[in-house]
Amino acid sequence: MGFDQYHEPPEELPAPTRTFARMCASLTEEAEAIGWYEQRLAVEQDADARAIMSDAQGEEFKHFAMDLEYLLRRTPKWREIAQGVLFQDGDIVDHGEAAEAAAGEGDEETPAFGAAQSRDGSLGIGSLKGASL
Amino acid sequence: MSHLLRRHAPITDKAWEEIDDEARDRLKPALAARKLVDFEGPLGWEYSATNLGRVQAIEGEHVTGVHALQRRVLPLVELRAPFTVSRDELRDIDRGAVDADFESLDAAAQRLAVAENQAVFHGMAASGVEGVCQATTHPTIELNGDGYDRYPTHVARAVEMLLSAGIEGPYGLAVSPEGYTGVIETTERGGYPLLDHLKKIVGGPLVWAPGVTGAVVVSLRGGDFLFECGQDISVGYDSHDAEVVNLYLEESFSFRVATPEAAVALVP
Repeated sequence: MGFDQYHEPPEELPAPTRTFARMCASLTEEAEAIGWYEQRLAVEQDADARAIMSDAQGEEFKHFAMDLEYLLRRTPKWREIAQGVLFQDGDIVDHGEAAEAAAGEGDEETPAFGAAQSRDGSLGIGSLKGASL
Repeated sequence: MSHLLRRHAPITDKAWEEIDDEARDRLKPALAARKLVDFEGPLGWEYSATNLGRVQAIEGEHVTGVHALQRRVLPLVELRAPFTVSRDELRDIDRGAVDADFESLDAAAQRLAVAENQAVFHGMAASGVEGVCQATTHPTIELNGDGYDRYPTHVARAVEMLLSAGIEGPYGLAVSPEGYTGVIETTERGGYPLLDHLKKIVGGPLVWAPGVTGAVVVSLRGGDFLFECGQDISVGYDSHDAEVVNLYLEESFSFRVATPEAAVALVP
């Protein structure tokens, strides 16, 4: 089993950073799988095989979206930039530059992954369903 | 920087961590509603209204041959509970003090939890939020000042009403602080703790619920009580002087009852 997602000694990395690296690796793998299915679909002639591949690619779309949302929820600057780019009409590069500039304003203290809950002010309480007392 | 303006506060990272931890620790035991209803979000500070999936007619034809409808939404409620922290205390935290005085924060956390619980269980009429006890279609069960040893009878009747309406369990029981104290102090004949007996009847948790009057039995099956969170409870910065820093706890949310038959109110 490899641990290629780490570029620094894992034992020196805090747990939130290891989780961040794992989820980034997962995101990459989902994107690769989407690309592979796209290539297979482009050359496959059998209709049944194409239907299965198309269904499988849909699964990868979902996995990619879930991985991305997880990372964005915990990385405020990334989320802020993504909000300026994703699902917007118009020039993508212009949106990207504007979002990056806006996110960089006065953020010498850009929160790290895992510290987002405290740095952005949310206490991260969320649902307590099922808890007693 | 978010609208909470935390970076403008004269508070170090270490002290912010202490404040957030204290707020979280004080809030969690008191946020009874979140232990019993479905929670969705947080959807962000800019999220302003819950889609009700319904429309209302706009009277008249503004253009001949065209009818207009307007979407109905439930605007989110913002709750804010201000508090202060002494700057001397903040300096002591940075020196390593572990017994900082957060009395004002603790009181604010309690007030906010009470407000959230009251909105969910008893409604907030001016905001359009209807509480569980207002929405229920079941007759209320009168506790009539009966002793706590009568609670099993009343709660069992509530469960029977839910079952008769086809509402599956498990169920949860939210109890006022006075009622909760009475329940845990009481043992039944044979020495069996009343608390355990009530948990067996409902099949779910018995929750200490500041802000609740009497008690409420609710189904925990899901999909019946919908708490939609815009901004989850957060600590923000307001202002400061030489002595104190003025902060606040803040959240935004809406609450809807999707199945009025899924709860029974027990009133004192």
